[in-house]
Amino acid sequence: MSMAMAASPVEKLRAEGLRKSFGTVEVLKGVTLAANSGDVIAMIGSSGSGKSTVLRCLNLLEKPNAGRIIVSGEELRLAPDRRGELDAEDPQQLQRMRARLAMVFQQFNLWGHMTALENVIEAPIRVLGLSRAEAVARAERYLARVGVSHRKDAYPSHMSGGEQQRVAIARALAMEPEVMLFDEPTSALDPELVGEVLRVMRSLAEEGRTMLVVTHEMGFAREVASRVIFLHRGVIEEEGPPGQVLSNPSSERLQSFLANSLK
Amino acid sequence: MIDWALIAESWPLYLNGLKISLILMAISVSASFLLSVPLAIARVSPNPWLSKPVFLYTYVIRGTPLLVQLYMIYFGLAQFEWLRESIAWPLFRNAWFCAWLAFALNSTAYTTEILAGALRQTPSGELEAARSLGMSTATIYGRILLPSAIRRALPQYGNELVMVMHATSIASAVTIVELTRTARDVYYNHLAPFEAFGLVALFYFVITFALVGLVKLLEGRFLRHLRPMSTPSKAA
Repeated sequence: MSMAMAASPVEKLRAEGLRKSFGTVEVLKGVTLAANSGDVIAMIGSSGSGKSTVLRCLNLLEKPNAGRIIVSGEELRLAPDRRGELDAEDPQQLQRMRARLAMVFQQFNLWGHMTALENVIEAPIRVLGLSRAEAVARAERYLARVGVSHRKDAYPSHMSGGEQQRVAIARALAMEPEVMLFDEPTSALDPELVGEVLRVMRSLAEEGRTMLVVTHEMGFAREVASRVIFLHRGVIEEEGPPGQVLSNPSSERLQSFLANSLK
Repeated sequence: MIDWALIAESWPLYLNGLKISLILMAISVSASFLLSVPLAIARVSPNPWLSKPVFLYTYVIRGTPLLVQLYMIYFGLAQFEWLRESIAWPLFRNAWFCAWLAFALNSTAYTTEILAGALRQTPSGELEAARSLGMSTATIYGRILLPSAIRRALPQYGNELVMVMHATSIASAVTIVELTRTARDVYYNHLAPFEAFGLVALFYFVITFALVGLVKLLEGRFLRHLRPMSTPSKAA
């Protein structure tokens, strides 16, 4: 990707002051982050730190209580609903912005009644308005890219977890999004299947794609991420290049988190 | 002994009755399917103004016998002068219309509940995936929710089809000469109850199994994704 080589980085995604409460529990207490073109940001933290919630607020799968979301300079217009949570003022703007932030889920979430190929062509046809032929060509390219071409006519329930997750990555890629959001993409996989998914993600990072990855894979964060964000109890406790954050953590919490997760 | 000559002689009557029964079933089932799709969507809506009225409707219909519903529509409504003087009266005077209305309303209630149940079983992650890729609500219903729910509902819907087929015999109560009414006429005319009703039972039996076979065929086509595979590719 030539954009990654550009001298001045282009900001792809910015979130400011994200707050989110579930009932009386405030899980995000003002999170601000930004991703430039080609950034691979690993978000780490213990369970319950709010890292998945950050990701799900970015595309409004969860409605934040406060904050701003800006995708490539376009701000998502938000207005409080009856419960005081922020909802999109214009559903069409939300759909447009979601299509630019494709998401990969922990549980894959492929559509069970569709084959792998049908899963990948669906949104490009229905959301981006591609013709079926264009969408199929694009889908075949990305299915090959993640190494599951041979399974394109298989249904999700007939595939292994690693294959399903790679199809889900192809489905996200087929939207040709500006930023890819990964929500613990290897956490539901059998240990021997984790590698095949991480290899695909690493190669995507190497092509210069902008990625925001919530993960427990410290090896991935260390070797692939350009920046690491450590989230603790709903605030960003520490962030920086992986070499600095993971090798020389300044806060005690990150030190103990790393000590526990590097066993 | 069995009167084979009588069976041979009344065979054309039965074929005609069969035709009437199948037409009744076809028009009732098509109406109820078309009605139950939007009603099922309303039934699972978080908005009580949408879901409660549908629940009330299916609750009342499922709580009363079809024969009573048919009597209410065909005989009961005729008591009201405003209806007899309205432009709808030619319809409500017509046994066919009343039977169709009763069967369609009845089957709509059951089909709505079947579909609503299948809609509720949609894995929430599949919905989130659809939303996260920017699909509109209409697209999500049309491409994800309904196609997967209708597939899941197919086995139960097959039972409903058989129930409607059997229920068409109730139309004999309002002068429609379908299969059961044909059998009763043959019985009255020849006083041969075993031949008359035995033959009609055989007709219902054959149609039922044809319907079951048809649904099995559809399941084979549309439920492939739910079947276990003989060769899981675990290590790919």
